[in-house]
Amino acid sequence: MAYSFDFSSLLDYTPVLVDGVATTVALTAVSTVLGVALGIGGAAARTSSVKPLAVVVGAYVELIRNTPFLVQLFFIFFGLPSLGIRLAEWQAAVLAMVINLGAYSTEIIRAGIEATPKGQIEAGASLGMTGPQIFRYVVLGPAMAKIWPALTSQIVIVMLGSSVCSQIAAEELSFAANFIQSRNFRPFEVYFLATALYLALAVGLRWIFSLMGQRMFAKGVSRA
Amino acid sequence: MSPVNTSATVRPLVKLSAIRKSFGPVEVLKGVDMAVEEGQVVAMIGRSGSGKSTLLRSINGLERIDGGVIEVDGECVDPGQIDLRALRQKVGMVFQQFNLFPHLTAGENVMLALKVVKKQDKAATRAAAESALAKVGLGHKFDAYPSQLSGGQQQRVAIARSLAMAPKVLLCDEITSALDPELVAEVLGVVRKLAEEGMTLILVTHEMRFAREVCDRLVFMHGGRIAEQGPPAKLFDRPSTPELAQFIGMVEAR
Amino acid sequence: MLNFTLWDILSNLLLAARWTVLLSLIAFVSGGVAGLLLLVARVSPVPPLRIAAKLFIEVFQGTPLLMQLFIVFFALPLIGIETSAWTSAAVALTLFTAAYLAEIWRGCVEAVPKGQWEASASLAMTFPEQMRHVILPQALRIAVPPTVGFSVQVVKGTAVTSIIGFVEVTKAGTMITNATFQPFLVYGLVGLIYFALCYPLSLSAKALERKLNVAR
Repeated sequence: MAYSFDFSSLLDYTPVLVDGVATTVALTAVSTVLGVALGIGGAAARTSSVKPLAVVVGAYVELIRNTPFLVQLFFIFFGLPSLGIRLAEWQAAVLAMVINLGAYSTEIIRAGIEATPKGQIEAGASLGMTGPQIFRYVVLGPAMAKIWPALTSQIVIVMLGSSVCSQIAAEELSFAANFIQSRNFRPFEVYFLATALYLALAVGLRWIFSLMGQRMFAKGVSRA
Repeated sequence: MSPVNTSATVRPLVKLSAIRKSFGPVEVLKGVDMAVEEGQVVAMIGRSGSGKSTLLRSINGLERIDGGVIEVDGECVDPGQIDLRALRQKVGMVFQQFNLFPHLTAGENVMLALKVVKKQDKAATRAAAESALAKVGLGHKFDAYPSQLSGGQQQRVAIARSLAMAPKVLLCDEITSALDPELVAEVLGVVRKLAEEGMTLILVTHEMRFAREVCDRLVFMHGGRIAEQGPPAKLFDRPSTPELAQFIGMVEAR
Repeated sequence: MLNFTLWDILSNLLLAARWTVLLSLIAFVSGGVAGLLLLVARVSPVPPLRIAAKLFIEVFQGTPLLMQLFIVFFALPLIGIETSAWTSAAVALTLFTAAYLAEIWRGCVEAVPKGQWEASASLAMTFPEQMRHVILPQALRIAVPPTVGFSVQVVKGTAVTSIIGFVEVTKAGTMITNATFQPFLVYGLVGLIYFALCYPLSLSAKALERKLNVAR
């Protein structure tokens, strides 16, 4: 059986693909900002001396890290309306991604925080800084520099994972691919192209984060 | 001590011709010629960065050379050659950091290459390992793991591991530099014994007194070349280059 | 509409979870074998092998598992292989697992000091002999905790195969939801089943890592 590949029929659908890529980028951008913010807060809570807070955050982290993103997404989109919480497709997608990335980045940032030499904290305390001040000005920067590569990898994983958001009809890249192949009956070509676009997004994302890392942490912080 | 044999009729065991090596833009070996005859004990000295370690490491192919030919007992290596198995069976190497295999006991460290490289049977490898360990005074440590041994003992196991392969020449790369001062003597004692038994040895060392007492010949390297070589007494007492004079002054001032 | 008791729902989900477990095992074992081959290629002294392995890993780590599933699902028939959701899921997850494990293990191989390579090379050992007798035994020890940790990703990855129609616990959840109209309960239970499968693996990975750190 000789199959002849035909990528030309994809050209007609360029706007659909562009929209899909734009949506994937937007979903990733929003959930990265919110997810990492949540992770910083989560890490602060996890390492804080307030025991109940640390336990609750710990449970959140373990629950999310030990269940599939797809199930989290379904639970939010299909399950929450039972509680009267109705979300649009993209809202559910963002919420699921933020909660997911929040859990992973909590764990990643916590590891960075715990690697802070004790002397740094003691030095901050000896200068009369409060706990939150020490966290903000002494601990957080070097911790972020240390875990930047791990955080980058996790954000790439979340971006790639967002492809399943097509299953709740969020119109991102893989939704666009599903849509096109249902019209032109060229699934292999469509998915091949979509996969290549994801690969380009992943490479681009890593590149941007490595540039950001260099800009933000250039001064005096060694990458361990 | 055997006198330096310069007669052309004796074929050297190790012959280096016009060895060149660069790391990126830095040329660390700028055409080195050297010959070592069977039974000779040669020490290479010089500042760090002079190329002595690189030269030693190239003799068993740990550094790929960019030019020249290395010949050991009839086995040739040039820059194009990839298979070093034959050469390495004739050239043993002992490292500064011992590099014992931490997941194997002292005895297993010695037996491993006999088994997988030389394909000897179990009884033969066991016997060879026992005798090699006995030779370095560690026959009783056969079943000890490296982490249970002192640095000096680990280095002696490393020497036994190389010796068991019955090499034609043994290369020693600053083998006492990582040791606590009180452990240096036991390792040098083993090397001295090997020298007395007629083992061909090429050493990179900072132990000047040892080099003077044990070696037949000293090779002083400077700037990627052999600046001067000859009997230790002559080099130490009447250095003919200012670089060597300065180097000896520096070392002895320590 | 039929009435479903909680037990009806749970028992059906648990029956479907068998396929989640089986697919995870297949993917993990065959992915482990493929990952080992990929690792050897990745650290081998042969440049074309190294580059090919690196490319494979980059592609599989840089694209969504869902797309990998679709491509396998639609590509296998093109090369004349009859395909089902089962085979596609197994093949795609195996390749996915292989790529990640090879990369995890490469980190472990690189953690073995360079002196170990040099010492074994100076004893005239060839690359396969070095790997077999010197490098892998040392790398394996430190590889166990992250490998167990990654098994969690494999179990969770099987959820994505529901999208190509493989009936495992997530797909069963969707089917039961469509019959019972109780998405909150059903997806909650599905999540708990995954948690019950994954959390022990996460815990043992952590315990193993602690043990390793103490031993060193």
